Amino acid sequence: MAELWEHSASELASMIASKEVSAAEVSESCIARTDQVESELRSYLTLTPEEARRKAADIDAGIASGARLAPLAGVPMALKDIICTKGIRSTAGSKILENYVPPYSATVARRLDEAGSALLGKTNLDEFAMGSSTENSAYQITRNPWDLERVPGGSSGGSAAAVAAGQAVFAIGTDTGGSIRQPAALCGVVGLKPTYGLVSRFGLIAFASSLDQAGPFTRNVRDAALVLSAMAGHDPSDSTSLPEPVPDYVAALGRGLEGMKIGVVKEISGDGVDPAVQARFRESVQILEKLGAQIGEVSLSSFGYGIDVYYLIAPAEASSNLARFDGVRYGLRVDGPDVAAMNANTRAAGFGAEVKRRIMLGTYSLSSGYYDAYYLKAQKARTLIARDFARAYEEFDLLVSPTSPTTAFKIGERTEDPLTMYLSDICTVPSSLAGATAISVPCGLSADDGLPVGLQFMAKPLGEATMLAAAYAFEQELGPLPKPPLWSTA
Amino acid sequence: MGIGRQQVEHVAKLARLHLTEEELNLFEGQLSAILEHADRVTALDTEGVEPTSHAIPLRNVLRPDEVVPPIGPEAALANAPFAEDGHFRVPRILEEEG
Amino acid sequence: MTDDLLTTIGLEVHVELKTNTKMFCGCPVGFGGEPNTRVCQVCLGHPGTLPTMNEKAVEYTTKIAMALGCDVAPYSIFHRKNYFYPDMPKNYQISQYDHPIGEHGALEVEVDGKAHRVGITRAHLEEDTGKSLHMGGRGRIHDADYSLEDFNRAGTPLVEIVSEPDITSPEVARAYATELRAILEYLGVSDVRMEEGSMRVDANISVAPPGERGKKVEIKNMNSLRSVFRALEYEEKRQREVLRAGGTITQSTRHWDEKAGKTQELRTKEEAFDYRYFPEPDLVPIEPSVEWLRQLREELPELPVERARRYREELSLSAYDAGVLRSTKALGDLFEEALAAAKKADAKQVANWVTNDLAGLLAARPEGSSTPEVSAKHLAELVDMVAAGELSKNQGQQVLAMMLDSGRSPKKLASEAGIKQVSDESALEEAIDAALAAHPDIAERLKAGDNKPFGFLMGEIMKATKGQANPKVVSGLIRKKLQV
Ligand SMILES: [Mg+2]
Ligand SMILES: [Zn+2]
Repeated sequence: MAELWEHSASELASMIASKEVSAAEVSESCIARTDQVESELRSYLTLTPEEARRKAADIDAGIASGARLAPLAGVPMALKDIICTKGIRSTAGSKILENYVPPYSATVARRLDEAGSALLGKTNLDEFAMGSSTENSAYQITRNPWDLERVPGGSSGGSAAAVAAGQAVFAIGTDTGGSIRQPAALCGVVGLKPTYGLVSRFGLIAFASSLDQAGPFTRNVRDAALVLSAMAGHDPSDSTSLPEPVPDYVAALGRGLEGMKIGVVKEISGDGVDPAVQARFRESVQILEKLGAQIGEVSLSSFGYGIDVYYLIAPAEASSNLARFDGVRYGLRVDGPDVAAMNANTRAAGFGAEVKRRIMLGTYSLSSGYYDAYYLKAQKARTLIARDFARAYEEFDLLVSPTSPTTAFKIGERTEDPLTMYLSDICTVPSSLAGATAISVPCGLSADDGLPVGLQFMAKPLGEATMLAAAYAFEQELGPLPKPPLWSTA
Repeated sequence: MGIGRQQVEHVAKLARLHLTEEELNLFEGQLSAILEHADRVTALDTEGVEPTSHAIPLRNVLRPDEVVPPIGPEAALANAPFAEDGHFRVPRILEEEG
Repeated sequence: MTDDLLTTIGLEVHVELKTNTKMFCGCPVGFGGEPNTRVCQVCLGHPGTLPTMNEKAVEYTTKIAMALGCDVAPYSIFHRKNYFYPDMPKNYQISQYDHPIGEHGALEVEVDGKAHRVGITRAHLEEDTGKSLHMGGRGRIHDADYSLEDFNRAGTPLVEIVSEPDITSPEVARAYATELRAILEYLGVSDVRMEEGSMRVDANISVAPPGERGKKVEIKNMNSLRSVFRALEYEEKRQREVLRAGGTITQSTRHWDEKAGKTQELRTKEEAFDYRYFPEPDLVPIEPSVEWLRQLREELPELPVERARRYREELSLSAYDAGVLRSTKALGDLFEEALAAAKKADAKQVANWVTNDLAGLLAARPEGSSTPEVSAKHLAELVDMVAAGELSKNQGQQVLAMMLDSGRSPKKLASEAGIKQVSDESALEEAIDAALAAHPDIAERLKAGDNKPFGFLMGEIMKATKGQANPKVVSGLIRKKLQV
């Protein structure tokens, strides 16, 4: 019989609700599992077992008193450490926030707490979510549960690894250019990036404000629908939060693929994508066809330079968002003879190389004389990408591509050359720039290295329900994947 | 377009980043490489194309003018690296405000 | 000045709005108080926080734009103005750049009977900074050892009103700033207290021969309308002297030192600031509906110009009286309430008391205390007493001064101090007879038709009656007694 930590969120929620198990038992199982593999994986920056136990006790008390149960009552989760949690250290993976304890909680954290989920801890990430391997964390390198010599992807690598290794039943990450979908693909789990504005950004330590979105990592599509339903919805604290009511994503899963028109995006599915990944991708497309979808190829030329647009816009916004880390009100402080020197010393000591690089790049592309050539130009190119999407969606319900051009790469392999690291995001940035939603679903293992490959479904803004239904049908047809080697360490 | 050493130093000053010689050299090369890669974008014809700063079409998102209780000075100063009687203390300020 | 050098002045005025809450968070807006007590994670710029727009601030700014004759933008957005300063929590200010709420307005002001039109470039909405307290040295930024930051003010809604460089003299600059302050006071959108910083004026001034463009000098730290005038007067004179001596003006920012009465150079602006403006991604555009704009226009109160016109045309007051009465809303309101309450006195009489006597007494008091501590009811009472002859003009003025200090009723004050005017003939006969008896020679001269000593005789009688005798009645009686 499986350990409790091995179950999905949907299973555990009903097991707890039906009193088959107590929330306390579930939390203890996950806490024990976390400790069991944490020394190898290093997924967490902060563990909060007491927080999880307190919450589990509340839930069990509620059950005993016959209270109505929230949808995720007693289901243990992990939060990427870029999500502010009141009274719990929130570092964004940076030295500059090493001892920062927020006076407030992110809306996402509050909603999941209200949904009954118990917090196991805060997961590792690339500093300020800037990276594609989690190697840019100021604290530790998180390993891929499938191969400890490889990266889990990033920037939400800690959340992806934790879910893949059973250290959390589900986890929340943030996705600015692919930071949920790419690590989900590399760790063989489901990762969903919601439509911009569907999930509140209030309390997410900002990287690129016009792109950031929080979303779930889960072990199956149903859980993704369940968790998204709990996270999504209008928030008056976020002026870019959409007013639309949130549909029941779980209820919509059964729609199937019959008659759906699905477009394969030429620019991000062929050249530049590892052949073994392409092979799995082509098989996946055949499965979609078998399930009754009408497949066609679509060429969206603007996707070819999406990565360049992204690396002009995101760093520019980041350079402004990160200006507040100045040693005055919170965080690290390295003093100096005057305030400007103090700021510069603090930031020099508190930020890592990648963060400095992007602050420099972004400051440059906003500076006078270059704004029009870089930032403004990129904002216009962004419009072209959105137009290409719109055109594609006149013909197709969904678009598909591989999530990542490669499987998990070796630790240290790409740290020397930022540009090749940036290219890990070519498949994911277009949806981000268009503010649209996308999901990565495991579609098998690479024949080369036996590592997971992810299939990316892209939908138009607020197309989550359709997208989840398609992903669910695909997942059901494909059947369960093998678990990572680490899984059996019991 | 590439970027020269002087620009790198100017940008570091704007960004309040104290960079070492090695960092300045490293960034000069890396930023140039990234920007050259981005020439595919700068070369685009975007005649008559409106820039997108918001991916969503929201308008007039306003808040009623109603007071929310402040968090209180203790919470406000709890994370302060250097506080002095209810204030945040900073080293001497050389320039006047912008 | 009599040489051919021309002065060009532009004013940049910042006004704090009188909203309940800050621009982008729910913290209360206020002045003074314990440091860092009106702050939250948003206005302290904590990681992850987001701004939310205060609808009242947008409404007030739109009304200001309307009152200043600006075009109200159908589409308006916020930008981030990026620069590091320790009193600015996010190290960028959320402000407006190429799409401000108001543009292309103008104000008319009058200086010694001559009308001047001052164009208004823009009126935009932004957030205020916190306050730095400079410690050690002489407590000034330049010699301080360190500084202390208080963020109570950070995030207060601030409207920046930029004039065109249409202002030709320090007098016109003062008139423009005064008129602007009056309009904002009438709108009820700000306290406009310069001494508390809820209205702040920076100036650009350049002096040059006709047809040439002078070097802009920016002046900061002028804390009253008076110091705006003095600073500009000083700077105009300084620049003219430099130029006349064949020197050149350097583009710079100068600090007005109120005590020393001179401006001092802060910095020369060789390298302009690079604020890296870009559209604020955390906020969405404002697109006011036609209905909303119409509603705001209907809500606009009577403005100073309109009030003055009404006083001249409907109450037939003199241009001078109308001018004084519209200068602050409080003064005009007091006039109208007093007029309504007065039973005997007419508009002209009430206006006289407000513009001459009351305004005179108020002017003698420190700037800022523009509201008189005298109620309309009491003022009406006083004006009626004088109109009824119960008090002489002089006695009225005496009582008014007492009213300003005490805020009490003139009837009570007058009776307590025994100030009244005696008009009853029988009560005056005695004093008159005594005076005539004491000065038979004067009686003779008067009878002989020599009017010169009449004043002396009146004086004697006034003395004898402690100034309470009604002069009209007295002179009548004298003439009757002497049959002249
Ligand atoms: Mg301003
Ligand atoms: Zn606040």
